[in-house]
Amino acid sequence: MSIATFLIISIIKSIAVIGVLLTAVAYSVWLERKVSAHIQNRWGPTRVGPFGLLQPLADGAKFIFKEDLTQPHVYKPLYIAAPMIAMIFAITSISVVPFGNSIYIPETHVGHLFTIPEIDTPLEITDLNIGLLLILGVTSMGVYGVALAGWASNNKYSLLGGLRASAQMISYEVSLGLSLIPVLIKSGSFSLRTIVESQAHLHWNVWSCPVWYVPLGPIAFFTYLISAYAETNRTPFDLPEAESELVAGYHTEYSAMKFAMFFMAEYANMVTVACLATLLFFGGWLGPVFGPPILAMVLPILWFCLKVFFFMFLYVWVRWTLPRFRYDQLMAFGWKVLLPLAVANIVLTSLYVALTS
Amino acid sequence: MLHLILFLFFGLLCVAGAINLLAQSHPINSALSLIVVMGSLAAEYLLLGAEFLAAVQVIVYAGAIMVLFVITIMLLNAGAEERTKGSRVAILLGVPGAVIGAVLVVWTLLFRSNTSAVTIGALPGGPQEIARLLFHQFLLPFEITSVLILIAIMGAVVLASRPDAVAKRHHTEAPKAMPELVGAGKEH
Amino acid sequence: METIPLSYYLVLSGILFVCGVLGFLIKRNIITIFMSIELMLNGVNLSFVAFAAQWHSLSGQVFVFFVMVVAAAEAAVGLAIIIAVYRTRETLNVDQVNLLKL
Repeated sequence: MSIATFLIISIIKSIAVIGVLLTAVAYSVWLERKVSAHIQNRWGPTRVGPFGLLQPLADGAKFIFKEDLTQPHVYKPLYIAAPMIAMIFAITSISVVPFGNSIYIPETHVGHLFTIPEIDTPLEITDLNIGLLLILGVTSMGVYGVALAGWASNNKYSLLGGLRASAQMISYEVSLGLSLIPVLIKSGSFSLRTIVESQAHLHWNVWSCPVWYVPLGPIAFFTYLISAYAETNRTPFDLPEAESELVAGYHTEYSAMKFAMFFMAEYANMVTVACLATLLFFGGWLGPVFGPPILAMVLPILWFCLKVFFFMFLYVWVRWTLPRFRYDQLMAFGWKVLLPLAVANIVLTSLYVALTS
Repeated sequence: MLHLILFLFFGLLCVAGAINLLAQSHPINSALSLIVVMGSLAAEYLLLGAEFLAAVQVIVYAGAIMVLFVITIMLLNAGAEERTKGSRVAILLGVPGAVIGAVLVVWTLLFRSNTSAVTIGALPGGPQEIARLLFHQFLLPFEITSVLILIAIMGAVVLASRPDAVAKRHHTEAPKAMPELVGAGKEH
Repeated sequence: METIPLSYYLVLSGILFVCGVLGFLIKRNIITIFMSIELMLNGVNLSFVAFAAQWHSLSGQVFVFFVMVVAAAEAAVGLAIIIAVYRTRETLNVDQVNLLKL
């Protein structure tokens, strides 16, 4: 494949993936409102379109037309840069997530004008051999959006909220990284595509679904999930941004578009966590594939999206079911329970792998 | 050619960040410049083929150590630094001296050394080989550094904790009841 | 195969180190001095990796890990000391922490 074809295909893939990600972010807001409403025995958005499906469009329009106040006392450069930092690092991690197998389009001739050359690309923007580390690194850098927003707002509540949020995020990053190591031990590579492909030989019954593929897999899975909930500042770990505490935490002074960017960054982080959970523990795009070749290309994407949707639903379900942790309980849990559990899991998994291979 | 352009771009970004660290008066701006330096250094490591090291640089240095710096600056909330007589003298003497030293170093390295060129992406092996080295040949330094981190954690916790918090842990006495509460209890 | 002369990497590492030394000498805020130390360590890391690439040896990279670990431990303890100093002296200006001066 020539350089020009590669470039054009990469640009098309990037635009498509980012478009799908931003739409998923907007509709995860809808999902949250609907699921929370049904949990609380009410309807949620029903007016705008069938089942309220056009509500995100209305919300987007509202955010664009809202007055964008910039207080006079804030530290302007960081005040404007912090939501952009949060957004940039939240979207970057989708670049190494594989969605399915390859797409193969044979050479087609469009009349006598030009020919589209043969395209055989894997379904991801790029497959780095350190893909998992890139996601961890980008998650680490996302702390700056929160910390700098709290600082730049020049407001006691924002500062405290930003400090608490960033301390919480860096505490749970440790157990997040450590809980992923058993998966790496078993699959032997940091590349996300290789990790999914090493789960391909399993059959899909209760005893050998991919969570058990990693020895003591459920421990790693639940440690990862809990650390990820704390990392994305979601209930039960959302003290830094809860409405009833600290006014609104680090995004108190933000309005309209900048607040929307923080909002979108949080949901994009949730989507990243869900994607990572499906890739590492649930087999990514693996599932029953049947039918003609076009279906064989599209069905893996469907399985991937269904699994990610399940994890987003789980996120919302946990949020509206559990009460909030207090901050000292939160930090004690992260350092005194999750971290030893993750380390013990690594030791036991390595022992198991070393003794049985 | 492209690699030279990339090297120069990230190299200039590093140097600009380093000079900005010196030029800024508020420590938060210096911290942000240092983050830019570390990010560009990660890109330089990628050019040298050390991709695992580049990822670790971003995760550990730019994503954890610098967050620690930024949190400390936000916590202590010290403003921009003032210019004292001592610092003016230091700038007057130090900057020309450092520039002369830098010129000497650069000239020696560029024109007087006979080192060969480095191929792009030349480093052999990935994380597996690094892990093998770390756990076979460098096992003792690995274990010693883990003990070092443990000591650092304990030292940091002890040094940064408040004196009255330490005292409270040693003298566990029952707190005196608030008189209003006692009075309210007696009323009912 | 594309090559970049090794001396370019060493020059960059040297410039970073010199900037770190300069910051250590002329800055008056304790935290900025500490950040200059981190800058020096980063410059040294770059020269380690450059030499590792020249001699095709992975030990250079492994040594960079150890330097990073030591830098992290030093940053943690140093910042704790800075917080303790700030609590008692109420200033971050290194010229005013001079009670032991003759």
